[in-house]
Amino acid sequence: MKTRKTKEHYCLGIESTADDFSIGISTFSGEILANVIDAYTPLEGGIHPREAARHHAEVASDVLEKALTISGIKPSMLSLIAFSQGPGLGPCLRTGATVARALSSYLDVPLTGINHCIAHIEIGKLKTGVKNPVTLYVSGGNTMVVAFDSGKYRVFGETLDIALGNCLDVFAREADLRQKPGLPFGAVVEKLALKGRKLIPLPFTVKGMDLSLSGLLTSATTLLHKEQYRLEDLCYSLQETAFSMVAEVTERALAHTGRKEVLLTGGVAANKRLQSMIGSIAEEHKAEFDVVPSEFAIDNGAMVAWTGVLAYICGITTPIEKSYVKLRWRLEEVEVPWLQ
Amino acid sequence: MAAVKRPLLLKKGAEADLYLAKWHDRVVVLKKRSPKTYRLQILDKQIRTYRTIHEPQLIHEAKTAGVPTPAIFLVDSKNTAIIMKYIEGKQIKQLLGQISTVERQRLCFRIGELIGKLHRCGVIHGDLTTSNMILNSHGKIFFVDFGLGEKTPELEAKGVDLHLMKRALQSTHFDFAKECFDSVMKGYAKVVGVDASKTVLDKIKEIERRGRYVAERKEKE
Repeated sequence: MKTRKTKEHYCLGIESTADDFSIGISTFSGEILANVIDAYTPLEGGIHPREAARHHAEVASDVLEKALTISGIKPSMLSLIAFSQGPGLGPCLRTGATVARALSSYLDVPLTGINHCIAHIEIGKLKTGVKNPVTLYVSGGNTMVVAFDSGKYRVFGETLDIALGNCLDVFAREADLRQKPGLPFGAVVEKLALKGRKLIPLPFTVKGMDLSLSGLLTSATTLLHKEQYRLEDLCYSLQETAFSMVAEVTERALAHTGRKEVLLTGGVAANKRLQSMIGSIAEEHKAEFDVVPSEFAIDNGAMVAWTGVLAYICGITTPIEKSYVKLRWRLEEVEVPWLQ
Repeated sequence: MAAVKRPLLLKKGAEADLYLAKWHDRVVVLKKRSPKTYRLQILDKQIRTYRTIHEPQLIHEAKTAGVPTPAIFLVDSKNTAIIMKYIEGKQIKQLLGQISTVERQRLCFRIGELIGKLHRCGVIHGDLTTSNMILNSHGKIFFVDFGLGEKTPELEAKGVDLHLMKRALQSTHFDFAKECFDSVMKGYAKVVGVDASKTVLDKIKEIERRGRYVAERKEKE
């Protein structure tokens, strides 16, 4: 394992914005050496921030040890500690930040706080090779269409209320579906939707480049409790309607920016139906289409490590006294000098 | 449709394609909502038909409200196509960066007035971006693309409409987004009144707070 050049530098990244606690290790040239993810799966209901944070604290040392073992990197070889500083759930973020600060001060290496959303895009670019894409980032906490312009990532469209993954999760929970450990509820909905045949009319709410999913969710759950439709048909209709909405918003951003690459990332990116829809749009606009591999599309430490490298090379570090977590840190607030 | 000659693709949009064409010796714009293969056929047909019928109605309402819009010549719901007058001019999107601050503020003020006129009559544009506004050579500002619009007196809809305008300015004209939006709201207030405009501004704040991870929610933490 240890036949690497001695000159190479390594960054360890910590991700803990929501239900996943993860540590990744990246070289400064973008080779991912480890990406260990430990997901908190609630017994019932959604993510309870305090319970998730407790999970993170419990597994942190194991995840760290595993990441170091897999990568063959000794703590003393690390040059940089990166962590997700926001946005996310407060207690979860704080747990990750605490681990990051401890490592940074113990090893006496710089610390850099990373915006979680930007990390998703950067790892996607690293893993797929796209350069300047329109990115559709769909997860349990985010639904946004983003592209880089003049120093910053700009949000071209996003949900006005709940996130796409959240919409699918809540519907699945309302339907008493069971979540497979390690897999999001969306995967269960996707499987059932494959057996759907009938499109049940549901509200289609696109507002300019933004969209709204809460009305769709309310409608779908109301119909669910009326028990007049097959669950498979409801899952199918929910997916078709919601995905058509995000697809239209993505297409609008693509037409507006004239970019020639489309990147799909986030937890919901694993959905095959969504992939085919976005792929079809890209094709129509003669753009290249890429999906971030699952391991790097869900919340993961590798993306934080790699984005940490990019930031550090441009001289961005976060002194400990400024390493407080930012629960609502929008990605447009962040300067991205590595893309000038 | 048969009378349309020499269509030339102007813009391939997200929900419709725009062609410049000749139609009975006139220069017209053909707005064609072609099938989107990514959507289920039944959903696709519903969306396209609804928008094709709805858009000309709203364009007419907007005209009645005193907002310049292209004249509609033909609505073909079967082929989900609309033929309308070609508005010669420049998109506000291209102009904003090229003019002086004073001119920019004046232009945004006038845009605000026009949005005010729409809202006063319950017309919601639905996609207020600077690409959907055209300044012609006589200095008139035209609003186009009402495909996502609706007719409603609801405050919520007005709030979302203006929120979209703000977001469009932030993503495309980030260097002077705030200055532009402030001018838009001044023009808006002139038409609907200061109190009504304040109510809408409060609504916009509420809408922004609903979004996830937004700065507007920070004050609550």
